[in-house]
Amino acid sequence: MASRVFGASIKRKEDPRLITGEAKYLDDLQLPGMAHAAILRSPHAHARIKSIDTSAAAAVPGVLGVFTGKDFMDVNPLPCAWQAGGVENHVNTPRVLEPEKVTFTGAGVAVVVAESRYIAEDALQLIKVNYEVLPAVVDAQKATQSGAPQIHDNAPNNVCMEWSCGDKAGTDKALGEAEVVIKERVVNQRLIPTPMETRGCIAQYLPATDEYTVWMTSQAPHVMRLLMTAFVFGIPETKMRVISPQVGGGFGAKIFLYPEYCLVTALSKKIGRPVKWAETRSENYVATTHGRDHITELEVGAKRDGTITALRVNTYANLGGILSTIAPGIPTTLYGRLLSGAYKIPNIYCHVWGVYTNTGMVDAYRGAGRPEATFVVERAVDMVANQLSMDPAEIRRKNFIPSSAFPYDPKILNGLKYDSGDYDKALGKALEMVGYQDFRKAQADARQQGRYLGIGFSSYIEMCGVAPSAWIGLPGEGWGAGLWESANVRVHLTGKVVVTSGSQSHGQGHETTTAQIVAEELGVPVEDVIVQHSDTLGTPFGYGTYGSRSASVGQVAVFNSLQKIKEKAKKLGAHLLEAAVEDVVFENGKVHVKGSPDKAKTIQELAGAAALGYSLPAGMEPFLDDTAYYDPPNCTFPFGTHICIVEVDAGTGQIDIKRYVAVDDVGKVINPMIVDGQVHGGIAQGVAQALWEGAVYDENGQLLTGSLMDYALPRADLLPSFEVGRTETPSPTNPLGVKGAGETGTIAATPAVVNAVLDALKPLGVLHIDMPMTPARVWQAIQKG
Amino acid sequence: MYPAKFDYYRANSVEEAVKLLAENSDAKLLAGGHSLIPAMKLRLTQPALLIDIGKIDSLKNIKANGSLEIGALATHARVAASADVKKWFPALANAASLIGDQQVRNFGTIGGNIAHADPASDPPTVLIAAGATIHVRGASGTRAIAAEDFFVDLFTTALEPGEVVTKIEIPNLSGRKSAYAKMSHPASRYAIVGVCAVLSMEGDTCKEARLVVGGAVAHATRLSEAEAVLKGKKLDAAALKAAADAAIAQVGDDAMGDITAPADYRRAMVGQYLQRAIQSALG
Ligand SMILES: Cc1cc2nc3c(=O)[nH]c(=O)nc-3n(C[C@H](O)[C@H](O)[C@H](O)COP(=O)(O)OP(=O)(O)OC[C@H]3O[C@@H](n4cnc5c(N)ncnc54)[C@H](O)[C@@H]3O)c2cc1C
Repeated sequence: MASRVFGASIKRKEDPRLITGEAKYLDDLQLPGMAHAAILRSPHAHARIKSIDTSAAAAVPGVLGVFTGKDFMDVNPLPCAWQAGGVENHVNTPRVLEPEKVTFTGAGVAVVVAESRYIAEDALQLIKVNYEVLPAVVDAQKATQSGAPQIHDNAPNNVCMEWSCGDKAGTDKALGEAEVVIKERVVNQRLIPTPMETRGCIAQYLPATDEYTVWMTSQAPHVMRLLMTAFVFGIPETKMRVISPQVGGGFGAKIFLYPEYCLVTALSKKIGRPVKWAETRSENYVATTHGRDHITELEVGAKRDGTITALRVNTYANLGGILSTIAPGIPTTLYGRLLSGAYKIPNIYCHVWGVYTNTGMVDAYRGAGRPEATFVVERAVDMVANQLSMDPAEIRRKNFIPSSAFPYDPKILNGLKYDSGDYDKALGKALEMVGYQDFRKAQADARQQGRYLGIGFSSYIEMCGVAPSAWIGLPGEGWGAGLWESANVRVHLTGKVVVTSGSQSHGQGHETTTAQIVAEELGVPVEDVIVQHSDTLGTPFGYGTYGSRSASVGQVAVFNSLQKIKEKAKKLGAHLLEAAVEDVVFENGKVHVKGSPDKAKTIQELAGAAALGYSLPAGMEPFLDDTAYYDPPNCTFPFGTHICIVEVDAGTGQIDIKRYVAVDDVGKVINPMIVDGQVHGGIAQGVAQALWEGAVYDENGQLLTGSLMDYALPRADLLPSFEVGRTETPSPTNPLGVKGAGETGTIAATPAVVNAVLDALKPLGVLHIDMPMTPARVWQAIQKG
Repeated sequence: MYPAKFDYYRANSVEEAVKLLAENSDAKLLAGGHSLIPAMKLRLTQPALLIDIGKIDSLKNIKANGSLEIGALATHARVAASADVKKWFPALANAASLIGDQQVRNFGTIGGNIAHADPASDPPTVLIAAGATIHVRGASGTRAIAAEDFFVDLFTTALEPGEVVTKIEIPNLSGRKSAYAKMSHPASRYAIVGVCAVLSMEGDTCKEARLVVGGAVAHATRLSEAEAVLKGKKLDAAALKAAADAAIAQVGDDAMGDITAPADYRRAMVGQYLQRAIQSALG
């Protein structure tokens, strides 16, 4: 083929409908006879519900029903689908409405269904709840201490689970023998994912067939159906169809099964009409999952020459008042097992306390565990460099896993190995792009003038496409299902291709990149490929989109399915060309006898012939249609180096990001423009964690950052133009050579910025500032000096 | 997100708005709606009636003629872009350009802003520094209120019930140097601290300084101690530092604090931004 489609920055097929507003998001959908639900949420973080009086609300004209948790005792609590592996988890999960006790501000206690949302909200104000308010605790470390309020009877000291990985005795010994040991307490603060579109759900129940159709804002519609039917309602999964219409971003928060989805589904049967609930931003901030929230005590040991010898980590992971769907898996498998970072660290031990507090649910948020691990590792490396007066680039080089060592077993990965990497190359490229030596000169000059410039590094690794099912599943890492993906490819009789997949796209551009893979393999134009997803009717089962798994798992299933199609096309082509199969090739969308490309059958001709079935080889079924299920043999491990340059205004503590250089290696790149977009967005979020974002609860469990007026998202005018580069080390794990690009930015950026700020403030004796590094905190650190 | 029920009238003139206000005790004026509507959506306020003054064109004018007159309905975007404002009182144009984001500036009005009297607003600070006069009209006629007397407390002004802000008048400031310096809240963009300096200079010497702080305290307030320090002084680094110290001392325990900017920080920033405003005014 003249120009390859795989690897080209073609424009996104989904954009015209998104840009013109034609795309229909959940709240755009209207069903005939649809009623509207509004949810009364607890204003208290910890309280017993003594009684609820719904009579005045029920009397409001236009109200169809008012219900409390007691009305849904026949609906099971939601499942926790990922528990920390190998240890006991004291599980407490939400019910559709809490009947007896609330454990965080914002938990649903009653619902009004009415002819309009306005009427429902009016009626909501008339519900009287009599609460017995209980003392609250919001800090994960304090929650484990004696005397702390107890949230759940089955979780003494509020500990949901205690999990560890690595070699405790070896690490203790190595730290004891280390020439330098540095201790620090680092807080990875709670973040609020804030997708542009909030959550929502519409459910319709048809009594004649006893079937539900549920539209919801989900990153994983098949999993939602599985969890709702098998666990919450106890009905066959064939009795429910789940559709995720256009989904406006998720960042992880839309992976999970939420009480509201099950509530609205149950209501549709109770009321006998379709019911819609669309989340407000205020609800989103209290009732949708948050991310991160770790308190970590870290100890790192090294030799005087900068060789890191040991890392010991004790982390209190805040899980919120009640468990979200995969909450315990995030601070364990996706965090502890990544603590070797890009480095040969011979001794690592990580202990994690998963803790209940009277705060909103915490679960996966873009990066999910890996940003927390990267922050610990990249801060630890910088602390050692600082203590030993070593150059931060030099110490990274010294400790990198060398490119000759792959596949590399970091030992704490429970048997998995880093697939491929060349960490030095990515660092080298980033140093070159930033002009490192020149910067150090400029920094020295600036210091003479009383200006504080700083440079920060983050040489990260991460883990995408988490697999294989047999590793991540029970009993290994505790995941309560599989993690393969599937795809069906149909070549219609005109040669147009339809791909259906279990992956879900909510901003990542699957419809484009999948079409690129099809176009590359079958030699059809990209325009001739459509990709259907997000509806359990008509798509094969899949676990959904998160953990940067859609390329390295989902699209490998597409690729494998295409190989089957090509095999069949070859057989058919050989038959039509009256040649032996061994003598023909499939090339550039045509089957021809080796050496005679002029006499060929195009894929369109073959699709037509396969569909008509007039002349098929003996035993061949009509139509080009095949499905593949792909369970990867390993995860993939992207890596890279991000470098941030800042200037700190010592008078005000304000931080100005001067430059941001990112070199990522995400394996083979399907569409560079889309990868760049993912990297840009991820960096913005990662920078925001370092400088602006942070969910804050007061000691009574009230969310102080409950709106966009208080919670500071990144904005374009606060960021420089990112300088994005790449190295390309194919993954040997899968035939596409892809690794994953959805989360690298968020994972890498945060420590790069923090390290830069601390580098700038080194002459002022500042060694540590908690995130977000607000001007006030920076200024206070400078005052203390 | 879902306001309570309300009625809506569009007033075609100030007289009509005043009349409707007098007749309906539970009514509120609607100008740009960028403070009122969010509060209604959260049901923090549930007025029975909105009187929309947004279409009264006579309240939108900006004109300079002996003094600078800005109609209450002039949007922040228009104030920021107005050649008259830029020429007459550039600190106000600059302050207006730093409000929120473009969308907020396209809707929010200067009259709505001062009537709302958010302590973190920008216009009150600059208007007091300019010695502006607020013109209002009520059922019993018109009144003129000095900007300095207009802002009474958090979200509280000298407006009587039923009064409408009609225009803001800024005296002739020719020959003065002025500037506004602001630290924005990273989320809302409201002022964490904003300081406006209006200086009359004779060579290097400051004849008179009007210095006003907003954001850090309950309502925009003149920094009279710092003004006194600078009067008759050469504005060198030492004088600026002395003025900053005086301002910090005056703000004292009145400094407000929140999770983004605790009181001690805001207090210190009053000194920083005072110096920055003066330096920027001197150019
Ligand atoms: C995201 C966001 C960011 C913002 N950032 C800033 C900022 O950085 N700096 C800043 O200063 N402001 C900021 N604002 C506020 C903005 O300037 C508002 O426009 C302003 O506070 C209110 O003006 P309005 O015309 O929208 O008034 P409205 O919301 O319509 O009315 C506000 C109040 O004033 C009353 N009112 C309105 N007009 C009159 C009148 N003529 N006479 C008497 N009463 C009247 C109304 O009845 C109501 O009580 C921000 C607002 C938002 C939403």
